[in-house]
Formats: sequence, structure tokens, C-alpha cells
Amino acid sequence: MIPYILSAIVFLPILAGAVLLFLPARNRQLIYRFALAVAFLAFLLSIVVYFNFDAAGPRYQFIEKYDWLPALGISYHVGVDGITAPLVLLTGVVIFTGVIISQRIDERPREFFAFLFILASGVFGVFVSLDLFALFFFYEIAVFPMYLLIALWGWKQTREYAAMKLTLYLFIGSVVALVGALAMYFASGLGTFDMLALEGANFSAEFQNFWFPFVFFGFAVLGGIFPFHNWSPDGHVAAPTAVSMFHAGVLMKLGAFAALRVGIMLLPIGAHTHLPWIIILTLVNVVYGAFIAMVQTDFKYMIGFSSVSHMGLVTMGFATLNYNGLVGASVQMVSHGVMTALFFAVVGMVYDQAHTREIPKLGGLIRFMPFAAVAFIIAGLVSMGMPGFSGFIAEFPIFMGLWAGGYPLIAILAIISIAVTAAYILRAVSRVFFGDLPAELEGHVHDIRPSEKLALGVLCLIMITVGVYPNIILPMVQSGVNAVLALLGGA
Amino acid sequence: MTTEILIWLIPLPPLLAFFLILLFTRRNHALSHTLGVGAAFLSWLLGMIVFLAAIGVEHLGEQPFTSSVGWLPLGSDVFSVGVLIDPLSAVTLFFVAWTVLMIFIYSIGYHNFGQPKGEHDVPGLPPHGANQHGHGVPSVEPMYARFFAFIALFAFGMFTLVVSDNLLTLFVGWEIMGLCSYLLIGFWYAKPSARAAAIKAFITTRVGDVFMLLGIVALYAATGTLNFRQILYSPELLQQLASTPSVIAGLSAAGLIGLLLFIGAVGKSAQWPLHVWLPDAMEGPTPVSAMIHAATMVSAGVYMVLRMFPLLSAGWEHGAPLNTTMTVMAFIGAFTALFAATIALTQKDIKRVLAYSTISQLGYMIAALGIGAYVAAAFHLVTHAFFKALLFLGSGSVIHGMEHGVLHTGEHIDPQDMFNMGGLRNRMPITFWTFLIGGLSLSGFPLITAGFWSKDEILADAFGNGHLLVFITLAVAALLTAFYTMRQITLTFLGAPRTQAAEHASESVRTMTAPLLVLAVFAIGAGWVGIPEHFPGLGGLLPGWFHEFVGGTLVANPEAVAFSIEPLLVSVGVALGGLTLGWLVYRKAAEADPLRKPLGAIYGLLENKYYFDELYDSLFVQPAKRLAEGFSYMFLDRQVIDGALHRVAQAGLSLGSIFRNYFDAPVVNGFGDLTGSLTQSFGRLLRKVQTGQVQQYLLFVALLAFGGLFYYLLSVLQ
Amino acid sequence: MQLITDNILALILFSPLLGGLIVMLLPSENKDLVRRAALALSLIPFILTLVAWFGFNASPEVDGFRFQQQVAWYPAINSSFHLGVDGLSLSMVLLTTLLAPAAILASFSVEEKIRSYMALFLALETGMLGVFLSLDLLLFFAFWELGLVPMYFLIDQWGSKTGERELWSGMKVSARRYASFKFMVYTMAGSLGLLLAIQMLGVVSGTFDMLALFQSWPGLTGSLFGLSVETVKAVAFWAFAIAFAIKVPVWPFHTWLPDAHTEAPTAGSMILAGVLLKLGAYGFLRLVLPLYPAEAEQYAPVLALLATAAIIFGALSAYGQTDFKRLVAYSSVNHMGFVVLGIAAAAFATGTESATIALNGAVLQMFNHGISSAAMFFLVGVIYERTHTRDLGAWGGLFPLVPVFGGLLIFSSMSSLGLPGLNGFVSEFLVVRGAWPIFTLFTALSMIGLFFTGAYILKGIASTLHGPLNEKWKGHLTDISRREVLVLVPLLVLMLWLGLWPAWLLSVINQAVVGLFG
Repeated sequence: MIPYILSAIVFLPILAGAVLLFLPARNRQLIYRFALAVAFLAFLLSIVVYFNFDAAGPRYQFIEKYDWLPALGISYHVGVDGITAPLVLLTGVVIFTGVIISQRIDERPREFFAFLFILASGVFGVFVSLDLFALFFFYEIAVFPMYLLIALWGWKQTREYAAMKLTLYLFIGSVVALVGALAMYFASGLGTFDMLALEGANFSAEFQNFWFPFVFFGFAVLGGIFPFHNWSPDGHVAAPTAVSMFHAGVLMKLGAFAALRVGIMLLPIGAHTHLPWIIILTLVNVVYGAFIAMVQTDFKYMIGFSSVSHMGLVTMGFATLNYNGLVGASVQMVSHGVMTALFFAVVGMVYDQAHTREIPKLGGLIRFMPFAAVAFIIAGLVSMGMPGFSGFIAEFPIFMGLWAGGYPLIAILAIISIAVTAAYILRAVSRVFFGDLPAELEGHVHDIRPSEKLALGVLCLIMITVGVYPNIILPMVQSGVNAVLALLGGA
Repeated sequence: MTTEILIWLIPLPPLLAFFLILLFTRRNHALSHTLGVGAAFLSWLLGMIVFLAAIGVEHLGEQPFTSSVGWLPLGSDVFSVGVLIDPLSAVTLFFVAWTVLMIFIYSIGYHNFGQPKGEHDVPGLPPHGANQHGHGVPSVEPMYARFFAFIALFAFGMFTLVVSDNLLTLFVGWEIMGLCSYLLIGFWYAKPSARAAAIKAFITTRVGDVFMLLGIVALYAATGTLNFRQILYSPELLQQLASTPSVIAGLSAAGLIGLLLFIGAVGKSAQWPLHVWLPDAMEGPTPVSAMIHAATMVSAGVYMVLRMFPLLSAGWEHGAPLNTTMTVMAFIGAFTALFAATIALTQKDIKRVLAYSTISQLGYMIAALGIGAYVAAAFHLVTHAFFKALLFLGSGSVIHGMEHGVLHTGEHIDPQDMFNMGGLRNRMPITFWTFLIGGLSLSGFPLITAGFWSKDEILADAFGNGHLLVFITLAVAALLTAFYTMRQITLTFLGAPRTQAAEHASESVRTMTAPLLVLAVFAIGAGWVGIPEHFPGLGGLLPGWFHEFVGGTLVANPEAVAFSIEPLLVSVGVALGGLTLGWLVYRKAAEADPLRKPLGAIYGLLENKYYFDELYDSLFVQPAKRLAEGFSYMFLDRQVIDGALHRVAQAGLSLGSIFRNYFDAPVVNGFGDLTGSLTQSFGRLLRKVQTGQVQQYLLFVALLAFGGLFYYLLSVLQ
Repeated sequence: MQLITDNILALILFSPLLGGLIVMLLPSENKDLVRRAALALSLIPFILTLVAWFGFNASPEVDGFRFQQQVAWYPAINSSFHLGVDGLSLSMVLLTTLLAPAAILASFSVEEKIRSYMALFLALETGMLGVFLSLDLLLFFAFWELGLVPMYFLIDQWGSKTGERELWSGMKVSARRYASFKFMVYTMAGSLGLLLAIQMLGVVSGTFDMLALFQSWPGLTGSLFGLSVETVKAVAFWAFAIAFAIKVPVWPFHTWLPDAHTEAPTAGSMILAGVLLKLGAYGFLRLVLPLYPAEAEQYAPVLALLATAAIIFGALSAYGQTDFKRLVAYSSVNHMGFVVLGIAAAAFATGTESATIALNGAVLQMFNHGISSAAMFFLVGVIYERTHTRDLGAWGGLFPLVPVFGGLLIFSSMSSLGLPGLNGFVSEFLVVRGAWPIFTLFTALSMIGLFFTGAYILKGIASTLHGPLNEKWKGHLTDISRREVLVLVPLLVLMLWLGLWPAWLLSVINQAVVGLFG
């Protein structure tokens, strides 16, 4: 047990962000180096947490607890369990790679990285906090810089609109969720926001049935659940590369995770009541998202909608409320996080050089950026659930969960998405990377930087390792899931 | 070394020769034909040793030479294959060994070994002849070595077929010969006609083969074995097969299997309606024609029917009415015999006449088997092999002589057209006399020729057992046979030369004439081993050894038909009559065929072989092509199936765009943008928030929250 | 040595993949080094297979799976890395590891991106071997899908450059992109049902281990998901059957094959026809028959009908081709039809003598077709490389120009035609023999296909080698090179050897057949 490590992870970025603001704005190199160093450090810490997590050990580990607002029963209480440990690592990976990819940012990089780090701190905070209030606190910290990052550094055409839309959705969502949370706080009568305590509050069935939708949807909006998914493709497209990576790679997991942590785990009865119909929404996510992704001609939109589809699998896995489904969903959060981060990274690289995201206007890039192309192909295989990669490891149990949960029809309909995914991924791969380079791109396209290769390499490595040797992640996920199942009454 | 091992060895030398020639000695003519002939000689030697051993055995039928090895482990038991020499295979082996050897030797001369290379000769075309000090001489075959390789493989096929003790290896040999006939008929592959003929031969016989394959599997399925002895020598098994009904109503299992197998023979032995390939097969070099149409392949069909005779005749006793299979055989055989003979009447090409005569003679044998004349059929098979081989090689020699003449004079005439010949008896005496012997034997010239005895026995059998219709048909066919044979001899050898080339034709080299002489001996002598016991005068001088020996192949040696004078008179009459007529009609013939005028339309019909080729082409070939290209590929695969797949893809895409354009964008998104109006106000707020006034923001959140809570409390109270 | 013999299967399975990685590390500019290295590396699994082959006891007493190996892989859902072979899989493994070096040697003429080409090829080999070696359902599926990826890129990247295909009016794509896409998506979509069924089996039985499933699943009774087990099994059966039927391919799921084969690079087609199609048939034998004996028996007539359709229409379509490579591709449909016919017959009358014979025939036919089709595709490739056309009309009378090639072509064609004395005949005979008493009508009808086999084979030979020489090739055509002959020699030797003495292979197959279905 390393003391204070979680606090270190949570506060390192935000402090770094503060420090950044005092660095000379002109010295880009320094800023980048510093940011990279911090990101790397965060990455290392997350690795330490991950590999020191003892799957056989207690449910929550690396616990720290201090009073914050004792009057309101608010405390700073952090710790990771089998589900969050991988997510912490994921966040570490994405911040690290995200910073690397952002080397190309040349307008006000200082502020950019500062906000990025605030964002990171928020994300870490949500994953580790065991206090409901703290969770919200970090949640907002995480959601918040998105607006600025998109509005200030985003794609000129739509950044205002997208940023506003995104913030609105998430803001409203979080507020709705917060209402539910406060309701719990008051109804429990325990006078504490401590979730471990609230878990034992055994709320009345009708209370749970009434408030579950508030909490669940409030967070699930950020998880891109249908019909509240639309902010996400627009947001992705507008956001600068690193932000898209963060957004799709981590932020959406934030929503899903919070929906699980606060919604399902604190209101199990409500979950049992409502998820059987919510699962249909997730089905829509999965299939509908895939079909729309297939007809997108904008590279980034395609990936955006594929995220909608894949995040649907996460919520779907949660919605099954059984062992397989939860295991699958937890792995899928990591798998999709890494995969989509890689997608957006590569899309960003392509866009930076070709200055277009129109798939028909691209082609033959593999000759110029083979490494990026191969990485994209690997991510593509992951997203089409190809065995030997993390996607398969994640999706297979989710479907098993559907069977076990008695949703064979859902399973049968949802599986269609795999074929559709294969279709649009292959289409994109062969259009963008194979074939001939369009004349107007001659000379504009060059290979990517070694550092970027490193970033992509790290991401690929994770996807392949998990795919080939699932046991690197599963024991801890299992331990986390078992705890959840215990709360669900062994369901 | 035991006889069994020798039997195993018989087929191997030619196979070895095949590979050696193709792999190593293709470039060296002398070495190649030495290998080929050497192999044929070895097989011949082994064959003779085995044959002598065989005839030495008392009741070979009961204790034949057999030996077998396990070949296919299937389930708990093993399917084994092996060799068998019983009387039937012994005599077959005898004539096959002889004819094959002769043909190998003959080929050396026929392909102009030792002659110079032709200036314009290319592989794939017959040699055009070379120019030696001023005038043309024959040139050596460009693919000389390859020819010997192919006929060696062919010989391997035939020997395998003869010595095998089961239907499967018999079929193996059968098909290998099929391949070789394809390769050899198309030997001069650059000639479109040869290519077409080769394909025609292979495909037509394949029709028979697939049925035969079904027959084989049906037999295997019904009896659990394909071994001749096990099936054909257990009467109870045959009885049971004859009594169990088959999938086809009104037909016993034995009947169905028999018919299926018989169709195979129809294809291989070129019986009507699958006869069309054989005349075209004349595109091949002459030794090939002899090989295919005399010694081996076509005989194989009859041999197989003889082999399976106990099965085909299952349920039939001597003298009883024929069973279905036999009736079919009798009909097809007799009909073919007559039908082919009529066509032969009008052919110009010396080899084509022989081709049709072959079809007709094979019809004889099939008919004989159809009426149960087992031994007679076997007898005719042997004699026919010899005299027909003789005739083909003879005709080859004639053509060769004519080509020589053509090269010499530079005339542009078809050296195979009999109406370009005439008077060759002086130019090429050996060929003439041997050919005459063969011809007379074919037409069944009384007493001295082999053909007479075998043909007479068939007629006698037909008559004696009261199959009058068959008897009459065959008798007429015999008359025609004698007639067209004499026509051929007259047009070719007698009278005066009709062309320059015929005048300058020259006798063939010794390697070609020697085989003719040897075969001529058999064309006469082969008959004497089968003279019936009670034949006036000659009977008893040489007891009916053949009947005794070959009859022993069957479980019950069939008793010889009692001697009666009528069939004898008939056969003598038709033979002599036909010959005389032929001579009378053609002795003065010029360019035009004297029969053309009197026969009129019929002549045209015969000349065009009853238009069977055209009929089949429009009935089967063209429709098959349309079916394959138009229906199966273009329509089914491309339009229907692929079309459906493409529709699915299209549907998927349009579904996606419908989702996006008619639901996601307007409805779902619309809901988002509807709040756009609020955006401004929130915008203001958010801008405040940016300024870092988090407290205000939190306060606002709290307000909202308490609102919700209030709502909740209400809901709880009521 | 001990180490090798203990992990022989794992070594066979992963040595190609490792080889691929090694190849990727070589300098890309030194093409010859890459080629030679790839060839050498591809020989390792072959040698290892021979070790296994000779260490394999084929006596009828012993049965069950040998060289078994089990390691935890995905314990969270009770799936383990479980390998093992019986006569059935071992013969397929032998076929794979034998064809791979041949195909790689055949690809020495590939010039562009040779390194990735070879690496993909070796990866492909691992994918295929995995299917044959897995004794775990999940693992089976994993390799089943993985095999698609390298093949997709081989077709898409190294396929024939020319040609277009119109999907629907106004929608045109390049032929190789069309073919690769169709191959991948069609097969994947077809496997979705299989995937679902596997998940369902896993959920119901709590394990993916085949040996356990063979015990528990067929006997299962009661009700699942509110349906009777019979219904569920019937649906699951079709899910399996269709996935495999597409791969085999059984008519009418076959249309991806002519496109894929025609557009793939020569070596790609060799492996496609030689091994990939066998995966489908293997699936039927390894999974469908043992897991769904009752359903298999119930629906065998349907399967037999489709097989017969494949035999007939396959042969007809082959005969209707003007493109030599497409002709050979369709011949695969025709030949694999016999495999399925044999399997269907066996499924319909399990345990009978005929069933055993039919199965022996089917498996032997898989092996034989593997060899002969590979040889055929290679020969087509050889002539294509020289003349840059596949149009049967464009050649004619080439025999004098390429005598050796001609001889080899005729030889391989005869093997593919099923000429007695060569390999193809024995297996076809056994299938027909086995099927005749069970599906007499279908067997009789399949003879139409057998007949047209002759027709299209001769069409191929006649329009390349025979007939008047097409003068434009005079002097532009070199005979088959020594390397190319070297590719063919092992295949030709096997054709002859299997034709004359099939027992060496059949005994191994027969043992498995008796052990599994006897």
C-alpha cells in the first residue's frame, strides 16, 4: 500500500495546470516538456496503482479519508476497487498519449494544457472518490473545461455550437443526477454523503424506483445513452484531437461509471425495476449508432457515432445486472477508451496533414504514415470485436450477459452491429489508407513523429495484451463486479 | 518366382516406361522407343508365361491365380485389391499382349523413325515431310518420344484392367485408358478437328463412365465387396440380388446394377447411342486407332460385360426367357451391329470404314452376350481383336504408302480417301495380302478364317436358342459387313490406280510389315481353337478347346449349342454373297460411288451417319452450354444470389441514412437545438462561471436540487 | 527434445506467427532475404507437424485426442487454451503446413511490400492451424475469425489490379476491393449466428471446452429462454451450419468464393482453396455432428440437397466460364460439394458402414482437393504471370511453347477431374459409395456434376494448350521455371502417391472417423 498515491494522482495534474500558467507563454518547448513530464508522471502513478491493486484483497484499496465539510457529512474519501483501478490506468494512458498528440497545438498551448490537466484531475477524482459530494465536485471539474477546450481550441466551423450543446447536455444531466443524489442524502437520514455508508441505507423500493431514473440518466447522458447521445458526435468533431481522445476515451466512461456507481450500486432495486426497459435504449445505441456511423462521410463523425454504438454496449452490459454483463462492460470501458483514443489520435494526425476529414477525399495514406495506418487498423479490428484484441474480450461476456439475463432477442439484434461495424471500418480503412493518394494531397502528407508513434504504440500494446492475455485485467474486474453483485442482492 | 507375383508385374513395365520417357528420354528417339517396345515386350513375356501357366491348370475356373492386398482401411474392415487370372482374363491377356506388342513395333515405322526432321514440322501437327535431294520424303514425327510414352501408359491401363480381380481397379484401368485415348486422339492437338475429336471421345465415354461408377457403388453397397470371385461365384448372393427390388420399380437390384454397368460398356465399346465418338477418333495416328479400336479400349467394354455376365444374367437360366438387362443388351447389340454396318457402306475414308465396322462387330458381341452366348462372345472378342488390329495397321500402312506417293508427286489429295487409291496390290504386296486376310476374316470367309468360326458360333447360338429376330439382324449385318469389306479391298488394292500418288505409293518399312504378318497368322489361326465338336468334317480334329477353357470361367460351364445346318448355311451364304456383291459393284468404280445413284436419299443419310452428330449437338451440347453460361452463372449466381446480397448492402446503407437524416438529425438533434434558445442565457451564466465564480454556479445547482427535493417531498406526502 | 514433444501443438500453432514477426524485423529492401527467410520459417511448422505425424499412433485401438495441452486463458468465462489433435485435425494440419511453404515459394514473384506480404501469410497460417487445433469453442471461434484478417489484406492489397464490379446502377468498385470486402463481411456476418450460438452454449453449459460440451450438450433436455431445448438446438444448429456452409461454401452461399479466388494473388488462392475452405467442412465434422447429432440427422436431407446443388451448379458455372481462374474457383464449389454430401450422408445414418465410408471419403476429399486445387491455382497463376490475362480465349495452342507447363497442367487437371489412379478418385468414389444407399437420388443427380467436371477440365486444357497456336505468344512465353516446378513437385507426388496408396493417410482418418462416429 503506497500512502497518498491516489491524492497524488488526483491533484498532480491540477497543480501542474496551475504551475503551467506561470511558465513563460512564449517558450513552447518548455511548456510541452513540462506537460509531457507531468502526464508521464500521472501515467506512471496510475500504473503503480494498477499493478499494486490486489485482486484478492479488500474491496477498496489505497483508501484515504479526511473530513471536508463535516457539518454536511461531506468527506474527502477516496479509494479504488477492481472496476476503477483499470479506469485510473486508462485515464493515465489517455492523458499521457493525449499530451503527446497535442504537441501540434500552437495557439496558447499553455492554457490548453492547463485546462487539459484540470480535466484530468476531475476525471481521476470521479473514479476514485467514495464520497457522493466529492464525486459530483470532481464530475463538474471534469465536465467544465471541456467547454473551454472546445470553444477556444476547437474546429472553427462548429466549436461554439458544439461546445454549448455539450455543456448544456452534461450540465443538465449532472444537475438531474445531483437532485437524485441529494434526495438520497436526505432520505437516507444518515447525514452523510459517504457512498459506502449510503450503500447500506437500504432505501425503500418506491424511493428507489422513483429516483433511479434521475440518477441513472443524469449520468448516462455523459455515457451517450440514446436519446441523449447527440452532444457527443458534434462535440468530438469540434474538439481538438487531444480533447476528443479524452472526451471519448475517458469522459464518456465517467458517465457510465457514475451511472453504475451512484445509480445501480446505491439504488439496486430501482435498477432491477428500470433497467429491463432501459436496456432497449442501449440496444438502440448499439445498432442505430453503428448504422449511422456507416453512412458518415466525415471521418471524425464516423468515429463519433461508433463511440455512441460502443458505449451502448457498456450501458447494455450494466443493464444486464449479471456477472457476465458487468464484467464485459467493465472491460469494454477500458477497451473502448483505449481504442477510441487511438482512433481520434489517428484521425487528428490525418486531419493535421490532409486538412480534410472527408473520407472520399482521402486515400493511400499508408504509404506515408504506415505506423499510424497499422495502428488504426488494429483499433479497427478491436472495434469490430475481432478475437485476439481487447474488443472481443469485452464484448463476448456482454453478450453472454444478455443470454444469461434472458434477453436473447436483444443479443440477436445487437450482434448485427458487429457486421455493420466491420463494414464501415473496412470501408474507412480501404478508402483512407489504401488506394491512391489524391493528387491535391501530393507532398502534403508526411510520416508521424516518433513520439506520436510511441503514443500509438502504447495504446495498441494495451489492446493486444488484453486481447491475448485477458487475465491481466480480469481478476480485479471480477473482484469489483462481485462486490457490485453483492449489492444487487446476488442478482 | 510364383505366378501371382508375375501377374502383379505385368502392368508395371509400361507404367515405368511412361515416366522414364517423359521425365528423362523425351529428347532421344531411339532410347524412347526402345524403352516403350522393351516395356511392351516385357509385359508380353510375362503375359505369355502366365498364359501358359494358366492353360496348364486343370479347372482354372475353380482355382484361378489370385492374390490381393489391403488398400483402403474403411471402418473396421479393409477394402483390398488384387490380381486374378482365370480363363477369361487369360485369353484376354493373350490377345492383348500380342496386339499391344505388335502395335508398339509398328509405331516405330509409322512415325518414320530414322527419317530426317521436316523443315516445317511443328509439335502438334502431323509431319509434313522433309525435302531430301530435290524431292519430298516422309519426316519423323516431332513428338516421337511422347507418342511412345502415351501408348505405354495406355498399355498399362489395359493390362491393369485385364489382371485386376475387382471392379474398382478394373475401373481404374478403364479410366486411365480413357485419358490416354483423349491424349492420343488429340495427339496432333494443333489440329482443331483432332482437339474436338479428343474432347468428344472423352466426354461421350464419360457419360457411360458416370453411370458405371454408380453401378459400381450400387454393387459395393449391395454386396459389401467388389471382388469378382466373391460376387460372381456365389449363386445365392446373385439370386438374392436378382430377387430384391431396386429403387426403380419393376427392376431387381441385379437388374439396376447390371444396366448401370452396361451403360458404361455402351460408352466404352461405342454402342448406339453413344457410338458417335469412335469414328471421329480416327483423327489420331493409325497405331492409336488400332490400339483403341481393336486391341484394347473398345474390347474393354465387352470384357467388362463378359466379366460381369453372371450378374447381368442373374436370375436367368439357359433356355429361359431373357431378363431385362439381357434383353436390352440383345437389342442394343443387334441394332448397333446393323446400324453401324449400314453407315460403313458409304464411308470414303479407309479408316472410318473400319471404325464403323468395329462398332458393328462389337454390337455382335454385345448381342451375343444379350442372348447368353457367353463363350461365342468371348471367342469373337479374341478373333476380332486380331483381325481388326491387322486391318487397322494395314490401313495405316496403306495411308503411309499413299502419303509417300503424295510427297513424291506433290498432289493435293486426301491420302486416306479410298477413291484416290486403287491398284495398290502391286505397289505394296505384303500390305495387300495381309489386309486381304484380315478382310476375309472380318467378313467371315468360310472355314479358313478366324472370323468365320466366331461369327458362325454367334449366329448358331442365336438360331439354336430361338432368338430369331437377333439372328436375322445379325445375318443381315454380316452380309453388309462382307459387302463393305470387299468394297474397301476392291477400291484400295484392286483395279487401276486412280491418282498419281497411288501409282507412286510404296510398300512400308519392315517394322510395319512384320507386325502385319504376325497378326495375319492369328487372323487365320485364332479360329481353329474354337471349332465346334460336331462340325461336319473338321469337328473333332481340333476339339472345341476354347469352349471348354473359357466356359470354365462360369460356375456352370454352359453347354455348347447343338449343331444345326441352317445357321451354317446362312453364315456361309451371307459371307460369300456379300464379298461377291462387293466385288461386282466396285470393280469398275471410278471417282463416284456406284451406290450413290441407286440408293439416292438413303445414301446421303448414311453418308451423314444418320445426322447423329448434328442431332446431339442441337439436343445436348448447345443447351448444356446455355445452361452453364446463361443460367447457372449469369442468371443464378450473378443476378439472383449476388443481386440479393447487394440489395442487403444497399438496404443497410439506406437504413443508416434514414436513421441519420429522418430521425437523428431532425428529431433527436432537434430536441437538443430546441434548447438552443436557452443557450444564450446559459451562455451568459457559463461566461460568468469561466470567470471562476464557482460558488454562484454551485449555488445555482443547489437551488435546482432543492426544487427537485421539494417535488419529491410532495410526492412522498401524498 | 522433450520440451518440443511436450508442447508440439503449441509450437506448430505459433511458430508461423513468430516467423511472421521475425520477417517484419528484416530489412525491407533486401527482398531475397525476406523471401528466403519466410520460406525457411514456414518449413519449421511443417517439420514439427511431421514430428507429430510420426509420433501419432494410428492403430484403431487408441482413439481420442493426442498431444493435448490445456492452459488457463479466459477463466472469467471458463474458457481455456486447450489444444489437441485426432486423425481428422492432424491430416488437416499436415495439409496446412504443407501448403504454406509451397504457397510462400509460389509468392517469390511478388515484388511490392514483400515483407508485410510474407508476414501476413505466416499469420494466416497460424490462424488456420488454430481452428484445426483448438479443443475450446471460444478459441476455435477466435482463430476462425482471425484467419479472415490476413486474407482480407492479401486480397485487398496484392490482388489483381484490374477489373471492376458493379454492385448496383452507378455503384462501381474495383474488383479486388469488392472481392476482399465481400469475403470478409460475408464470412463475418455469417459467423454472427455461430458467435451467438457459442455464447448461448457457454451460458447454458458454463464451459467452452469441446470435450465437456460433447458430453453435456447433445443430451440436454428441458427448456431454455422459454423455448423447448429442441427448438433452441434446432436454431443453434442452423446458426452453426450456416456459418460453416458459407465457408465451405455450400450453394447458395458460394458467390463470395469465385470473386475472392479470382482476385486473390496466386498464393492467396492456393491457400484459400487449399485450406480455408476446409475450415468450414472441418467445422461440420468437429462441431456440428458431435454437438447436434439429432438435428444433423433431421436436417441432413436439406444439407444433401444443397450439396448436390453445389456439385451441379458449381460444375455448370465452371463450365460456363471464360476466365480460367474463375473456372478453377468454381471447380472448388463443385468438389467441396462432395465433401458436404458425404458429411450429410454420414449425419443422416450415423454409425452405419456407409456413413463411415462417406466420412472417410469426405475427409480424404478435403485433403485431396486441398492439394489439387492449390496446384491448379498455382498453374493458372504461372500462365497469368507470363501472359497477364486469364481469358481462355486469349491463349490457344501454347503446348509447344510451354511443354513442361503443359504436362504439369494436364496432370493436375486430371487429379482435379478425379481420374482413377490419382488422389481425387479415391475420395470421390468413397463419398459416392457412402452416400448412395443413404441419399440415392441426390447421389445419382450429383453424377451430372461429375460429368461436367470432365467438361470444364477439358475446356480449360483445350483452350490453353491445344488447338492452333496463337501466334502472338510466340517468343513471348517462357516455360515454367525451376522454382515454380519446385512448388508443384510435392503436390504432384502426393497426388500420385495418394492415388496409388491412399492407406497411409486413410488409416489415420479412418481411425478418427471410427472413434468419433463409429
